[in-house]
Amino acid sequence: MASSVEGPQIPISVDFSGGLEMLFSNQRRHSLSIAANDKDGNPSTIAFLIDHLCKNLMKDPRSELFVLDGHIRPGILVLINDADWELEGEEEYELKAGDNVLFVSTLHGG
Amino acid sequence: MEAPGATEGLGEGGAGGGGEAGADFGACRDEEFERYSRQMIVPGVGREGQLRLIYSRILIIGAGGLGCPAAQYVAGAGVGTIGIVDGDVVEMSNLHRQVGHATSRLGMKKVDSLISHLRDINPLPAYVPYTFPVTPENAADIISGYDLVMDCTDNPTTRYLISDVCVLLCKPLVSAASVQKSGQLIVLNCPPTPQGRVDGKYAPCYRCCFKKPPPPSSMVSCGEAGIMGPVVGLMGVAQAGEAIKILISSLHLPQPSPPPSFPPLADQNLIQPTLLIYTYDLSSAIGPYSFRPLKMSPRKKTCFACGENSPSTLTLEGIKSGTPNYEQFCALPVPKHTLPSEERISARVFHDMREKGEIGRHVLIDTREKEHFSFGSIEGAVNVPFGRLLMRAAEVKRDGGDESGMLPGVVDGDAPIFVVCRRGLDSQEAVEKLKELGVDKGGRRRIMDIAGGMNAWKEEVDPSFPFV
Ligand SMILES: [Zn+2]
Repeated sequence: MASSVEGPQIPISVDFSGGLEMLFSNQRRHSLSIAANDKDGNPSTIAFLIDHLCKNLMKDPRSELFVLDGHIRPGILVLINDADWELEGEEEYELKAGDNVLFVSTLHGG
Repeated sequence: MEAPGATEGLGEGGAGGGGEAGADFGACRDEEFERYSRQMIVPGVGREGQLRLIYSRILIIGAGGLGCPAAQYVAGAGVGTIGIVDGDVVEMSNLHRQVGHATSRLGMKKVDSLISHLRDINPLPAYVPYTFPVTPENAADIISGYDLVMDCTDNPTTRYLISDVCVLLCKPLVSAASVQKSGQLIVLNCPPTPQGRVDGKYAPCYRCCFKKPPPPSSMVSCGEAGIMGPVVGLMGVAQAGEAIKILISSLHLPQPSPPPSFPPLADQNLIQPTLLIYTYDLSSAIGPYSFRPLKMSPRKKTCFACGENSPSTLTLEGIKSGTPNYEQFCALPVPKHTLPSEERISARVFHDMREKGEIGRHVLIDTREKEHFSFGSIEGAVNVPFGRLLMRAAEVKRDGGDESGMLPGVVDGDAPIFVVCRRGLDSQEAVEKLKELGVDKGGRRRIMDIAGGMNAWKEEVDPSFPFV
């Protein structure tokens, strides 16, 4: 899915796991092209990606299952290239071509 | 069995010697050699590794889908003392996945049922039953008697409690969880490091990885979402594997606590914290199965339970006397919606009026998932799963159009609409959504919620209804 913003695009992949795929057309992997820069010309970050996913990729209206108050809701882990996003700068991380971003919902059953 | 050294007996010498378990094992040394020989010859185990298992004590909290397979392998491997905690009894709907129980033991306490199965596998370990749930009052007393804890529970409240107590008592924690078609596994607090120590890279606790529980509205349990036996089984077996490895390698022993002037411990003392996620699917169109190891952060300075200031926020005495409040932290679900009474009808009244023909032509919408619907439904009900209804409602709102797109098969006109779900929460939200979109035609068309859902239908109308 192409972003509506004009200008250079970067290819990334986004994965959903632990039930979150249900909010995204029941598809676990999405290959996306997103704008390399946001509207102010700054490099696109994870925060930009999360907003993009809510606006363009989520078909299910229950967005509160993914974001709360503009941030990823508690109970969802974000992994950038399979590493906890806290090791990478969280929302501030600047996306690069080929990056993989994984959103995992924490499970509690057993 | 004639093996070199067999006459010495496994329980003598090495690994501390003596002890209650050792004395028991002394009497059956030949059996021990034969029983454990296939794992003892694996490089890295040997006689010493086996002795470490024999002198170790594992606590398994939860005797369900994770705890059963985990306990089987822990018992089979010869861990000397195995404690099992669970307050539940064996139910029929457990048996497809809880492989330590049996049809012949329905109604028995899960702990007793599982231990009887484990004794059959291996009579040598000492089995310690705790036939009640773990609570803030009893957690520390139980956990303090063990070398390693396995979290095989099914709710966040208990998961945070167990982790906190493990941090305070310096016990490694092997934690797993599973719902529907996914599983997760992580080794925490291993090797254990005293609470508050942050001068190097140390193993994280459960709170370091999962700072806050998800909001109750987004949480699903195995009872609600379902669970595939092999998925939860794999996670339980993997837990046993990690627990056995930790004990054989003595990784459960607390880190030495050098004086403050001592240089921080080197990074190699940290085993890369790894969250394993297993994904399985019944439809190959969605994707292949996968095991994915994810690199997690080490202990966090800011962690409430193990971070820099944690000794002032979390103590054993505090936990026992109700601080923190785990129930509140993981607040139980509260009904989001309560419609006014004129928009609700009880299952009993709906049934009786319908039988007498007092309702006339109407539409009955069942918003449960189609798998639930397939077990049985009220005659004439149309299945529109809640998620799909919300999605269509959002499309209608955005693109215009009428309810015919939203509710396929629903007749036009002013015939009243009744909405039923599983327990009566989604249906109330559905009624509100439909009204919001003008399906009620300014009040001309009645839209009502069947209070309490199919659960109430079973209780009030049809006890034989197969409610899941
Ligand atoms: Zn922590």
